Amino acid sequence: MAAPFDMDDDSVVVIIGTGAGGGVLANELAQKGVSVVALEAGGRYLPEDYINDEWESFGQLAWTDPRTTSGDWRVAKDFSGLPAWIVKAVGGTTTHWAGASLRFQEHEWKARTTYGAVQGANLLDWPIDAAEMEPWYALAETKLGVTRTEGRPGLPGNNNYLVFEKGAKALGYTEVHTGRMAINSQDYDDRMACQQTGFCFQGCKWGAKWSSAYTDIPRGEATGNLEVRDRSHVARILHDDSGKATGVEYYDADGTLQMQKARIVCVAGNSFESPRLLLNSASSMFPDGLANSSGQVGRNYMRHMTGSVYATFDKPVRMWRGTTMAGIIQDEARHDPSRGFVGGYEMETLSLGIPFMAAFLDPGGWGREFTTALDAYENMAGMWLVGEDMAQETNRVTLNHDVTDQHGLPVANVHFDDHPNDRAMRAHAYKQGIAIYEAVGATRTFPTPPYPSTHNLGTNRMSENPRDGVVNRWGQTHDVPNLFVSDGSQFTSGAAENPTLTIVALAIRQADHIAGEMSKQNI
Amino acid sequence: MTKTATRGMTRRQLLTRASAVGAGFVAGSGFIAAPDAAWAYETGSIEPAAFATLVQMARDIYPHDRIPDENYVLAVKGYDTPEAAPAIMAGIAALDAAAQGHGFASYIETGWERDRVDILRAMEDSVFFQQIRGGLVTGLYNQKAVWPIFGYEGESYSQGGYIDRGFNDINWL
Repeated sequence: MAAPFDMDDDSVVVIIGTGAGGGVLANELAQKGVSVVALEAGGRYLPEDYINDEWESFGQLAWTDPRTTSGDWRVAKDFSGLPAWIVKAVGGTTTHWAGASLRFQEHEWKARTTYGAVQGANLLDWPIDAAEMEPWYALAETKLGVTRTEGRPGLPGNNNYLVFEKGAKALGYTEVHTGRMAINSQDYDDRMACQQTGFCFQGCKWGAKWSSAYTDIPRGEATGNLEVRDRSHVARILHDDSGKATGVEYYDADGTLQMQKARIVCVAGNSFESPRLLLNSASSMFPDGLANSSGQVGRNYMRHMTGSVYATFDKPVRMWRGTTMAGIIQDEARHDPSRGFVGGYEMETLSLGIPFMAAFLDPGGWGREFTTALDAYENMAGMWLVGEDMAQETNRVTLNHDVTDQHGLPVANVHFDDHPNDRAMRAHAYKQGIAIYEAVGATRTFPTPPYPSTHNLGTNRMSENPRDGVVNRWGQTHDVPNLFVSDGSQFTSGAAENPTLTIVALAIRQADHIAGEMSKQNI
Repeated sequence: MTKTATRGMTRRQLLTRASAVGAGFVAGSGFIAAPDAAWAYETGSIEPAAFATLVQMARDIYPHDRIPDENYVLAVKGYDTPEAAPAIMAGIAALDAAAQGHGFASYIETGWERDRVDILRAMEDSVFFQQIRGGLVTGLYNQKAVWPIFGYEGESYSQGGYIDRGFNDINWL
């Protein structure tokens, strides 16, 4: 049967979310002949729709449905209703992402073994490792067209990179280049080369950056096996008396409650919405939420140790020109406890335009200390710091029954406290970032606090033992055999690297597994 | 927009107060304007004197000496509605009371920026201050007219990006 599919068609795989996890999974399954209904809460936007304007684009793409926050992280004070800067649209946050595409390091699959029993942390080894993931990473790099892999050249360095590179080399760093980026340095896979426009975070108007919105989604639809229903917000996953998922209830574009039957349900709504959906799907049979016999649904929320360093110089930089994040220093990504923390971090170039710089440089800041920094905006360079943070059971997504969304559903509350290891790593990263810019003659430096999170991980984590997590090595929930998790919420640990490449690799691998199990009639 | 009377305040007083900090306001009946008439704003629901104080407060929160008053006026004129004005005027009255507590006649007659900043610093946790500050983050910095003052070039797609327009033109490294 070809798309569109009937609501009562219980042969389809329903995928919730169309980003790096759901969008890739949908296409990969469709290519294998599997019938897929993808339900996406957001609308459909393509490169011609994207806007080179920070706030206007934010209004177009960002997930701004209500959420609440708690904990000691500064985001809870400065952006209490906006714990994350992620996207509500077909393609999900692959419209917004910067394109940095890094593989985990081998030891990062074994966080508990490598780092030991870190006090206050809830570390666990992944049930999979680097050797198992190698072929899937290779497929993901081919799909995304990652630069500096498979012979593809790197991107040229922009002004912001050239400052960053000079400082890095002055400090003796050696692993310094323009990144492994899912942004074309030359035409590839029907996508053109980067035109150094900036505005990578607002959706690439050239389509030079990979996004599932204009690659995997339309290709999956072209097979006739994939139907994407946009503006469809899933409220609840349904199950039968045997504990198997039978379909989903969702609010369609008109706000009408619909029910789509399913053979398999895959949840890929990101690390807030995926656990929220499982918790909102509680029933008499699963009173603590679906797939939550471990009590781990929503727990172990990770957001990466992040921060930024901006610096001003006595001459112009014009950091906003060109690819936003094509620049990396990887020397600090190693695990070296002599620095006073476990795990490591990456330093990556970053710039914001004036509107977002005003909002994020020092949230709440005012007066001349703040405004003289912006006065020097043209002479400013910037980098982002991103490192491994520690899973903690108390960092978690829960349902806030006092606040409901436009459909009357309890919203996600996101609680986060920094672990001492996160703070020690951030302090080290600030020091190194400042030193890099001072080596190039910075006149002032700004250790900027974390933004609302873009890397949201771990709230339905993968575990060998069902007691320790929510899903198994295939992303299949331990409790419900035909229910899968397909996004970053299945991460057992966060590693230092930007997560999208790993989410894509896991989705390709999961599609292969699901299709195989379906043909064997195992699910 | 309807003109409102400047209750309890003469044009002369307004001129005196407005000029006290040299901010360039000429406040008339229902108007505040630049001395050279480069721009003028007819207030609606907020009394002109209070509006002039609000504009000075906005500049003191985010002072950029190269941004003209007009952009600060634009940044706060959204409060000049029947719904928002009472709370704003109450906030300005509190600001003036605080200035008097610091020994000045009013906020706008507090001559030095550092003294006005001290007054603001003491009330920075108030709902009023945070409302004005928070609103300015977008109200001021999201005005395309101010971007060139910072050197920021804004949209670039329509010009083909920077691939041929200096993405790597830094020459002082």
